[in-house]
Amino acid sequence: MKSGFLAKNPSVLWFLLLLAVFTLGVTFLSHAYGPGAISTSMVKTLGKTLCLCLIAIAMDLVWGYTGILSLGHFAFFGLGGYMIGMWLMYERTRDIVLKSAGEFPMTPQEVNDAIGTQIFGVVGGSDLPAIWTFAGNLPMQLLFVVLVPGLLALIFGWLAFRSRVTGVYLSILTQAMTLALSLYLFQNESGLRGNNGLSGLQNIPGVSAGQDHLSIWFLWASALALGLGYIAASLIVSGKFGSVIRGIRDDEARVRFLGYSVEGYKLFVFTLTAVIAAIAGALYYPQAGIINPGEMAPIASIYLAVWVAIGGRGRLYGAVMGAAFVFIVSSWFTGGRVPDLPLGFYTIDWVDWWQVLLGLAFVLVTLFAPKGLSGLIDLFEGIRRPNRHGAPLGPDKGSFREEEAQE
Amino acid sequence: MRKFLIALGIVLALALPGLAQDAGDAPQAEATQSEATGLRAVLQDYAKQIAKPSRRTIGPVIEAVAGSGEGASRFLQAWSDKRVGLRESDGAFFIVKKSGSEYELSDPVTGKPAGTAPKSDIKEVKPNSGVRAEIGVALVRFLLSDPDPKKRREALTAIDRNGEASHLEPLRASIPDEPDPAIKAQKQRLERLLTIRFGKGAAERVAAIDSFGADLGLDFRATLNPLVATTRKLFEGAPEGNVAETLKPGRDIPEDEAYAMLVSANMAPARISASEMQQALAAHVENGQVGGLPLAAMADPVKREEAYATLAAAGEVPTRLTDAEAEKLVADHQFADIYAEPDPEVTTAAEAALTRVSRTVAGMQTVDLGLDALSLASIYFLAAIGLAITFGVMGVINMAHGEFITMGAYTGYVVQLFVPDYTLSILIALPLAFAITFGAGVAMERLVIRYLYKRPLETLLATFGISIALQQLFKNIFGTQARPLTSPPWLEGAWTLNDVVSISYIRIAIFVLALVFLALYLWVMRKTRLGLEVRAVTQNPSMAASMGINPDRINMLAFGFGSGIAGIAGVAIGLFAKVTSEMGQDYIVQSFMTVVVGGVGSIFGTLAGATLIGVLQKGIEWLNPSNTLAAQTYMILFIIIFIQFRPRGIIALKGRAAGD
Amino acid sequence: MINRRKLMMSAALAGAMSMSGGFAFAQEDDKIKVGVLHSLSGTMAISETTLKDTVLMLVEEQNKKGGINGKMLEAVVVDPASDWPLFAEKARELITVDKVDVIFGCWTSVSRKSVLPVLEELNGLLFYPVQYEGEESSRNVFYTGAAPNQQAIPAVDYFLEELGVEKFALLGTDYVYPRTTNNILEAYLQDKGIAKEDIFVNYTPFGQSDWSKIVSDVKALGADGKKVGVISTINGDANIGFYKELAASGITAEDIPVVAFSVGEEELSGLGEADLKNLVGQLAAWNYFESADTPENAAFIKQWHAFTGDDSRVTNDPMEATYIGFNMWVQAVEQVGSTNVDEVIAAMPGQEFPNLTGSTAKMLPNHHLTKPVLIGEIMEDGQFDIISQTDPVPGDAWTDFLPESAVLKSDWPGLDCGMYNTETETCVQKKSNY
Repeated sequence: MKSGFLAKNPSVLWFLLLLAVFTLGVTFLSHAYGPGAISTSMVKTLGKTLCLCLIAIAMDLVWGYTGILSLGHFAFFGLGGYMIGMWLMYERTRDIVLKSAGEFPMTPQEVNDAIGTQIFGVVGGSDLPAIWTFAGNLPMQLLFVVLVPGLLALIFGWLAFRSRVTGVYLSILTQAMTLALSLYLFQNESGLRGNNGLSGLQNIPGVSAGQDHLSIWFLWASALALGLGYIAASLIVSGKFGSVIRGIRDDEARVRFLGYSVEGYKLFVFTLTAVIAAIAGALYYPQAGIINPGEMAPIASIYLAVWVAIGGRGRLYGAVMGAAFVFIVSSWFTGGRVPDLPLGFYTIDWVDWWQVLLGLAFVLVTLFAPKGLSGLIDLFEGIRRPNRHGAPLGPDKGSFREEEAQE
Repeated sequence: MRKFLIALGIVLALALPGLAQDAGDAPQAEATQSEATGLRAVLQDYAKQIAKPSRRTIGPVIEAVAGSGEGASRFLQAWSDKRVGLRESDGAFFIVKKSGSEYELSDPVTGKPAGTAPKSDIKEVKPNSGVRAEIGVALVRFLLSDPDPKKRREALTAIDRNGEASHLEPLRASIPDEPDPAIKAQKQRLERLLTIRFGKGAAERVAAIDSFGADLGLDFRATLNPLVATTRKLFEGAPEGNVAETLKPGRDIPEDEAYAMLVSANMAPARISASEMQQALAAHVENGQVGGLPLAAMADPVKREEAYATLAAAGEVPTRLTDAEAEKLVADHQFADIYAEPDPEVTTAAEAALTRVSRTVAGMQTVDLGLDALSLASIYFLAAIGLAITFGVMGVINMAHGEFITMGAYTGYVVQLFVPDYTLSILIALPLAFAITFGAGVAMERLVIRYLYKRPLETLLATFGISIALQQLFKNIFGTQARPLTSPPWLEGAWTLNDVVSISYIRIAIFVLALVFLALYLWVMRKTRLGLEVRAVTQNPSMAASMGINPDRINMLAFGFGSGIAGIAGVAIGLFAKVTSEMGQDYIVQSFMTVVVGGVGSIFGTLAGATLIGVLQKGIEWLNPSNTLAAQTYMILFIIIFIQFRPRGIIALKGRAAGD
Repeated sequence: MINRRKLMMSAALAGAMSMSGGFAFAQEDDKIKVGVLHSLSGTMAISETTLKDTVLMLVEEQNKKGGINGKMLEAVVVDPASDWPLFAEKARELITVDKVDVIFGCWTSVSRKSVLPVLEELNGLLFYPVQYEGEESSRNVFYTGAAPNQQAIPAVDYFLEELGVEKFALLGTDYVYPRTTNNILEAYLQDKGIAKEDIFVNYTPFGQSDWSKIVSDVKALGADGKKVGVISTINGDANIGFYKELAASGITAEDIPVVAFSVGEEELSGLGEADLKNLVGQLAAWNYFESADTPENAAFIKQWHAFTGDDSRVTNDPMEATYIGFNMWVQAVEQVGSTNVDEVIAAMPGQEFPNLTGSTAKMLPNHHLTKPVLIGEIMEDGQFDIISQTDPVPGDAWTDFLPESAVLKSDWPGLDCGMYNTETETCVQKKSNY
């Protein structure tokens, strides 16, 4: 059975192999375990890229395979980050409080108050809100990483799918959800430090190793999560389940008439991908060091869709390629190290122009290369498209067109 | 001796410019040479305070100046208009006027020209607005009967802002001779307000209060409220003074607060707080033991109290007051709110008047809130009406709609760079913004969207790409700084019904504009050939094509029309808010939600959606006035839930028009 | 076994590092690198690009004078793109990859809090040039902008003393600077006998444009017969809508004075002259205005116009703060003869440099500056008329008006601690809270 799965999905082996080589390569070129050819900040960027690849896989599952263009998955990503961030902040602050206290022992209430003052002093408060009740409890917060976004997705998905909100309406609705959540977190009253967010997350309490080591550990954790996520996603899309969700994507009504519970399938995929996104977020933010509601603004989720589109949706490695490519190119352009392009009459300073370039790239990819970057692999493997003279493969408006399909 | 020296200085000061002038000035210089009197003496005496005035200390100075006779009013006015300068070489004051690189000086007492001085020699005296207000108060007596009505109004404004008991008599005296009926009415109103505050005897004051009835004026309430202001006091026996309310501890006033009052009046010992207890305990650690208990046990609050009790029993720390003792102390005293105004007749009348007024005020506040909501709704409607065509009718998700709004606003800005007349520039900008965004919309439809009609989700991505590219382009062209877009002078200010209800003219204009576009939309879609064809093409493109309609052309025109309206909306929004490259982003999500909530494909749906969102947002803001962000959050939450129950919006199209 | 392997590995690592380090040293010996960490894209670019240009101008100027101790300066500019996590990443890059000797950067408090852990971990050096909410003192940061007691408190005093304001509306954008500042002000006002009911607080989102309700709320506060004043910590372009609404409602500076802490010459340029006309007399509190009449300021403005090639570019308070910070750093480096971060940090407190408004700025042991507080009235041309200028006020890292921080103080040379509890006489923490 297992060999059958791998035989049917050769991309899994290739992917895991590349991932392993990449991770080992980075490790032995890093500051901590090698000559230091790759700087710690670069290791962090690469680790974060892996997390983004993971959420891109989730996005591909929900959009590329199930046809739900969710513009809200970054909300789950951020929530995951917030949940782990609460523990990181609480524990770190508790260490500080206990260390600074004299020999006279503190009551639990005093400890709690002191932590509250430390954490919320920055935003002009001093009380620890109720949602921080379990912040000192790592297993609980880890559970919340999965539970809180999962429940939110479950409730939201149940409401939305139950009333048969589909297509662009669903997209707008998910976007509204993200906006509401980020606006809510922007408020000080939400108890998560408002606009300031949670910071100093890169310092892991109880770990004395420096950032050069920590960054490698997180790279490994992210790589592991990405590998597992890839295998899980491949399993889901390869069996009968995969056929059903693809059926939903191409023509929802027909699948429903065949007797499948479309809502159930959609809800499962939506919730599962939300959980994957949350795990990716929980790994991402300790590497980024700070999380604030701006991270969850609707635009982030649209970017996510764009990564998947550029990579090529409907195939898992496409999503990974898209996320990695766009993120690394962006960070290269914002690094200020790209040489200016003199045109004679005008010098293109990429800090000003790379977003224009990025925007136009979206348009061009959507128009001319619906398969995205992963189309290059098809080219390499010699896969051709069916010749249907431009007609779509399914009857639904959102279904695949001939350029996107394989023969 | 000092005066002599100063006089000498003045002589020198006046002599210097005098040398250059003709001999005609000589007698005047001689006149000042003798002992300085009147204003000049005052200016000498208070030179330091006048040059660097502070509100707290300037009162006597202004009094002295005002009472100094000739030139007092002129000097005070110049001083308050920042037209007084100090010549640094000799410390003399002049009324100055800038001309080129020099100042033209004139004498503060006589007002006669006194030559010129280079810029570097004159230090302008800049009283702050607090001092200016004080000067205004002192000027009242000079200006109340001034022949210039503008000056009289100024005096009345000064009374309105900082009325004083001393104003009452001159004001009353000036009323009978007042020629201007409007100013006369204002004087009479102010006279009654001053009477309420400073009138002699309760009868006169109560009559003045009653004469206002349920007047909505802010000034009336501002006069009454200080009268009924209370202070909370504590008494050992029965409460004294004009009692507003006696307070029962535990019911009207929390026990803790009552006890705290006792403590601050030094009538009870302060209670020992947890942190004080902790410090006291920490100070008594002996051999790892506190009050007979091990130090480690101190992490438990119950054990801490035990230890403290032990220490207190040993007399090492002050005893803690028990709750019963505290209660008894509180019960032994009386607490009451006492009016600041001693006369009970006046306070009763004032309370009654305030109750009367507050009912009308509440009603008017609702009206004002309604106007605000209507205005917000019209802004959302204006921003969304273009989308109602491109998204509602054609089904195209245009994420760059917000950038079309921005484009319109920048068009207005550019037009104003070339056409300085604001009325004319807006008249040019409106059609030009339509034309430019119409062109942009058509170009986008031709180049991108028409290839994606079958793939609505990908339209979203492609137009998003265009949106971020356009935004960055705006930044590159216009910079990230906000740009000014100024409304014509006839749209300045606000329409004011009374002191509660008012709305700015620019908002009224936006409201009217929204109505105009509603009418235009209805006319185009229902009465014109274009509208008929648009409806035909969106319902069934192939059927429409076989009837001889060119769907490509119709799609292009409809999309251009929707985009053009967005451009005009941009000009309107830019007039009342800011013009930046990101302004469109503020409206895009709201606009989509307006269309979706209202019901896709129906303009009245969009109208209903905008109204719902506007009213809802203002309603939540009213419930929670200190947090505007919360209003937006809960509004979006409401919309999400609303869509669950009415997925097709408020006005759902039925039958064939629904399209699917 | 494991130990031996670790040993070998670290030995190899050390060798490799010293090699690369040695190499780098030989190459960079003749240049002093100055990192510039300001957003050049995104929402904050509007404010921060100006500061980047200021640092570049100062570097150029210093090189014209022959550099520092014979070494030329070289600016390394990166773009954190208004993205807070990116600030931390770029700071790490600047310190470890580019090996800069000092960083000038950050604008928002969030970005500073994001960079702090990196600076303290890698022992970097940051000069932060913007007015901020205080409640912080890091060994690795020098705060050349105003602390609350150098801007907010004096402005409120001005309201109380000079304008006789009895009722306050604290309007702010919802983020950390207004939140903390308003908290401090609320405590301060209550200290001064203003009742809690007489303080109205409102927070609005970034970029708020619909101000009609808030303005009418403020207007309605006057019903008590008390003089109302507005303390505005509204940020950025939201101010434009606010001032437009204020002007439309006919409220003048005499009726309801508004003092703003985040409105400078740059922000006013987003308003047309018709709107400015209605705002004449409204106030702003800063440590510097372009209209300051001193020879130093005239020279600075001239240099700025020459550097940017644009005579209409205005100067503002954070630019002055950058100017003071940069020159103090230069003095400290010249004094110790090296750019070693620890030595420079030790030499910084006590440095003095003339500021642009006629007095002298002095670096204090708590890494803050002494600054004069200026209050200006808006004039019709978008400049400020300076109507009050105090003597230099020493910056206070921990405010005296919040009970929790009143007991804290910061003294790096003396106590080697930025958060010292004077009651328990212990150092609460050596690293700063972020």
